[in-house]
Amino acid sequence: MDFKGRSIISIRDMQKQDLLFISETASRVKQGSFRDCLQGRVLSTLFFEPSTRTRLSFESAMRYMGGDVVGFATADVSSVKKGESLADTIKTVSGYCDVIVIRHPVEGAARLASEVADVPVINAGDGANQHPTQTFLDLFTMRELFSDLSGIKVGFVGDLKYGRTVHSLSYALSLFQTSLWFISPEILRTPDDLVDEIKENGSRIRELEELEDIKEKLDVLYVTRIQKERFGDMQEYEKVAGYYRITEDVIQTLGSNIKIMHPLPRVDEIAPSVDSLDNAIYFRQAHNGIPVRQAVLGLVTGSIQQKNGGEST
Amino acid sequence: MKTYKVYSISDGTVIDHIPSTRALKVIEILGLENKGILTIGIGFSSQKFGKKDIIKIEHKYLMKDETDKISLIAPQATINIIREGKLVEKRKIELPDEYRGIVRCPNPNCITNREDIETCFTIRTKDPLVLRCRYCERILKSGDVEII
Repeated sequence: MDFKGRSIISIRDMQKQDLLFISETASRVKQGSFRDCLQGRVLSTLFFEPSTRTRLSFESAMRYMGGDVVGFATADVSSVKKGESLADTIKTVSGYCDVIVIRHPVEGAARLASEVADVPVINAGDGANQHPTQTFLDLFTMRELFSDLSGIKVGFVGDLKYGRTVHSLSYALSLFQTSLWFISPEILRTPDDLVDEIKENGSRIRELEELEDIKEKLDVLYVTRIQKERFGDMQEYEKVAGYYRITEDVIQTLGSNIKIMHPLPRVDEIAPSVDSLDNAIYFRQAHNGIPVRQAVLGLVTGSIQQKNGGEST
Repeated sequence: MKTYKVYSISDGTVIDHIPSTRALKVIEILGLENKGILTIGIGFSSQKFGKKDIIKIEHKYLMKDETDKISLIAPQATINIIREGKLVEKRKIELPDEYRGIVRCPNPNCITNREDIETCFTIRTKDPLVLRCRYCERILKSGDVEII
């Protein structure tokens, strides 16, 4: 499987084998393979909207593998303020680096960037659309705990309407035919077209409004923040804010073996007292962003090449 | 005897069974303005559809991938290729793999509504016809399509 030169824009561009390959490469990176393979390479991080985890983890991933980073962390930069088009910015920057990571508030910006760039582009979030490396690290974290994703039961709770993380991950899990539970208030239900797609891929879905209504013992509960910024109507937001809160008592009800995941940042949807439980794996999940992004950077630049289980750097 | 109010052509392409009043849009989508002689008939009687439009394009043979572009607005249209006064090919419209520069994305936060780039929609399902924006990945049902 050759990822060299390939842009990473959307989970919909991925096959199950691609997801497994990235996960397996990340696993080898985490075990210490491919050290310094990005030496002499430059990453441009173009963050047109703020981000903490994603930007820092991409930058750390690049540096841990011996590479350099240039870029900006806000759209308040010269060329953008002067009114330069995104396409022109990307065409120019692609001559300064070996790979581009872009976060942009406008949906489809990363796809456009990949069409005009001469180097691979990695989407680090385009509005409410996609954030594929978040999905890669979510899958990687699950695979560290459960080797067979097709046999597990995964619940999603919170904002299932606007949450791009949930959309991408549930789609990715449907490629493994994982059984899924969607728990949300009526107004934040998963969009119908995504539900249809997931079913077509072979996953079973159950949609509920209350956590107490889950009859089965889930293996993973993926909790998301109800994002104020996605609501046009603040009255609608107030109705659902704080609707779900994961506490030690809730975990006991759900089953003592359940693993709690969250893309972070959280607000109040998971009680801090949960952090110290074995069930809480959200900080481990965030830390897995490093080996996963190392793997992706190494693969798309051609610095990591794996054939038939062998390796060369 | 059937009398047409547009004269027949001996060489070119005839697009028949266009839903009535969409002929001008078809011409626009196919980019046929100022590209030779066109004869346009609007609001003709049709046994099948009640009313229909017809376009005759002289000395130009439209290829299948070109005429399939009108599938969104004239899915029942028939294409007749005429050479030396004879009908040499008759075909129906089929759905293309994608629509480029034809459909507007309804998502105001899609990059196609922010930058000067061509829209692109792929076919999500054929029946019912559902499209997906290549950029923002929003779903668009055929009833909600807005032609650019």
